[in-house]
Amino acid sequence: MLTITNLHASAGDKEILKGISLTINAGEVHAIMGPNGSGKSTLAQVIAGHPGYEVTAGTIEYLGQDLLELEAEERAQAGVFLAFQYPIEIPGVTNAYFLRAAYNEIRKAHGQPELDPIEFLDVMEEKLKVVEMDASMMQRSVNAGFSGGEKKRNEILQMAVLAPKLAVLDETDSGLDIDALRIVAEGVNKLKRPDNATIVVTHYQRLLNYIVPDHVHVLAGGRIIKSGGKELALELEAKGYDWLLEPVGA
Amino acid sequence: MSPLANYAEQFAATATAGGAEGPAWLPALRQRAFDRFHALGFPTTRNEDWHFTSVTPIAERRFKTLKPAPTALTGADVAPFLIDPSWHRLVFVNGQFEPGLSQFAGLPAEVHVSTLAEALRERPEWVQAHLGSLAAFDDAAFTALNTAFVQDGVVVHVPVEETVDTPLHILHVIDAQAQGAAIHPRLLVVADRASAITVVEQFVELGASEHLVNAVAEIVVADGARVAHYKLQREGSAAYHVGTVQATQGRDAAFHSFSFAEGAALSRTNIYTKLHGVNGEARLNGLYLIDGNQHADHQTFVEHIAEACASRELYKGILDGSSHGVFNGKVYVDPEAQKTDGKQTNKALLLSEQARVDTKPQLEIFADDVKCTHGATVGRLDAMPLFYLKSRGISAENAKALLTYAFAAEVLETIEVDTLRLELERAVFARFTHTALE
Ligand SMILES: Nc1ncnc2c1ncn2[C@@H]1O[C@H](COP(=O)(O)OP(=O)(O)O)[C@@H](O)[C@H]1O
Ligand SMILES: [Mg+2]
Repeated sequence: MLTITNLHASAGDKEILKGISLTINAGEVHAIMGPNGSGKSTLAQVIAGHPGYEVTAGTIEYLGQDLLELEAEERAQAGVFLAFQYPIEIPGVTNAYFLRAAYNEIRKAHGQPELDPIEFLDVMEEKLKVVEMDASMMQRSVNAGFSGGEKKRNEILQMAVLAPKLAVLDETDSGLDIDALRIVAEGVNKLKRPDNATIVVTHYQRLLNYIVPDHVHVLAGGRIIKSGGKELALELEAKGYDWLLEPVGA
Repeated sequence: MSPLANYAEQFAATATAGGAEGPAWLPALRQRAFDRFHALGFPTTRNEDWHFTSVTPIAERRFKTLKPAPTALTGADVAPFLIDPSWHRLVFVNGQFEPGLSQFAGLPAEVHVSTLAEALRERPEWVQAHLGSLAAFDDAAFTALNTAFVQDGVVVHVPVEETVDTPLHILHVIDAQAQGAAIHPRLLVVADRASAITVVEQFVELGASEHLVNAVAEIVVADGARVAHYKLQREGSAAYHVGTVQATQGRDAAFHSFSFAEGAALSRTNIYTKLHGVNGEARLNGLYLIDGNQHADHQTFVEHIAEACASRELYKGILDGSSHGVFNGKVYVDPEAQKTDGKQTNKALLLSEQARVDTKPQLEIFADDVKCTHGATVGRLDAMPLFYLKSRGISAENAKALLTYAFAAEVLETIEVDTLRLELERAVFARFTHTALE
């Protein structure tokens, strides 16, 4: 589904990603872990098409297309979704309007008819249940004045509505209490299908008790320095990252 | 004929054709005002208050006084402009009152609302005491011009402790008959102690014409009274519009002003208030939306004369095409006005490379125990919200439109009249997104 090959990316003069290769198949959950500043969010944003990062080398192939050729909105229309580590506040635009606009643009891109506000209500009601969110949140401005947990849940709500093929969750667990964490994880699990894939970026193993990964990768200094099965997450939890970061032979 | 000679000729003609009607003091006031206008002339950009706005296009056009004429406009023609048909309303067409289109009979008996012409007949002494008492014309050529040529307008007197629940709508419709004309509407609102009223003054165009609207409003907000004044300037793109709102506030008095400006080739809106009593509150908000070659200038002036008053200002502009916006926010804090709490925010959003804006905050603070802040930003849409919307599948074009609307929404939210807020939200939403807001 997604094949990243030797990906290098920089912001300004600073090279952040220094040769990442990663293959993700439909139906899989991959966890990307690693210390702060290792480039996890940058990788997530580059996949989503953030214009502030320049890809200087490497390729990303997604469902047979060159992902890097697509604009951010085209990627979303093709089924890529990023749950932001820091969701953006948009005062003045209601959540309801925002979600319907996104939903309809994606439908339009697939030649499907758009839904009017009433029809969309039905879609909404069902998805609000997935993340146990109150309908009153729909009339509030997008993320404006939301608590940290509400913002994260709102990301998962968007994911539920937009039904992506490839979801990248960037630290969706950070700042969540255990109940919110459970709700978010259940939301992700409910949305899991054999034809979609999930990348879970986290630096705690906690979330991975709920969302069980097929593969775990450790990112440090802009490179994947170790990959393994779900037991790698437990090992990281027990030993931290330092044992991986020490130069070989030192 | 020079621009000034044109107005002198117009003035002489008006004086002989009924301009001398009304109480004896009126022709004298007109004459004084005209003399002052003649002495001042139109302001030039050498005048600090007009530095960024040249009124040469207005002067050059030598606008004429309009002869009274019956209008062909019907209720159906003006219906689209009735924000809420249940409001009390006075409708003027090209400056002339149209009783057939107006409706304000349901007001409380104690509240006086009439045309200026009627008030001059019914209560000339009262009008004399107030007309021109706030809108000084010593240094204000356009106010002098308005006073010299004033024909009609609206007079409102809300007595002590009286509250007018529904807004009073003053609708000025300008149509093609106004081609080449100067119209000088006047508004006088006197809200006595602990009274309350909301006035919506709206200028719209039906059928294009090149004309000048030169409006003056005087608003007295006595102790404990509350007056909200909404000004909607939605004239056509060939119009010229100059307007001054001058308020004065007593103790515990609240004055809320909102200026919405999207019309006219060139517009200048002055919103001035003087806080004369302790604990007063002034809120001056505004939004202007311009495009093409439009020029929109706002000047606000808040004078903190008494102690412990608060003033809040939020002005926003959205500029496209080669348009030019000007915002000059003046705040004066008298040595006596300790514990003043003033905040002024001015933000402009530029949608094109050619649009430009000049902002000039001007704070003169002569008291030491005060809190006064001001902030001005001029910029383009932020990259992160754009990316966020696009990452949800929303096209770049729609994302920009939505964020442009959102920029305006922050100030529209401060409109306390629900139907009016919705009307403007819908209009602004449609303007930028080309779709309807539901
Ligand atoms: N837009 C940017 N401009 C400059 N430096 C950046 C930018 N984005 C990220 N960085 C830097 O790149 C490194 C990786 O950041 P990030 O991808 O956010 O790490 P992580 O998500 O793993 O904590 C950090 O040193 C960060 O400061
Ligand atoms: Mg991060």
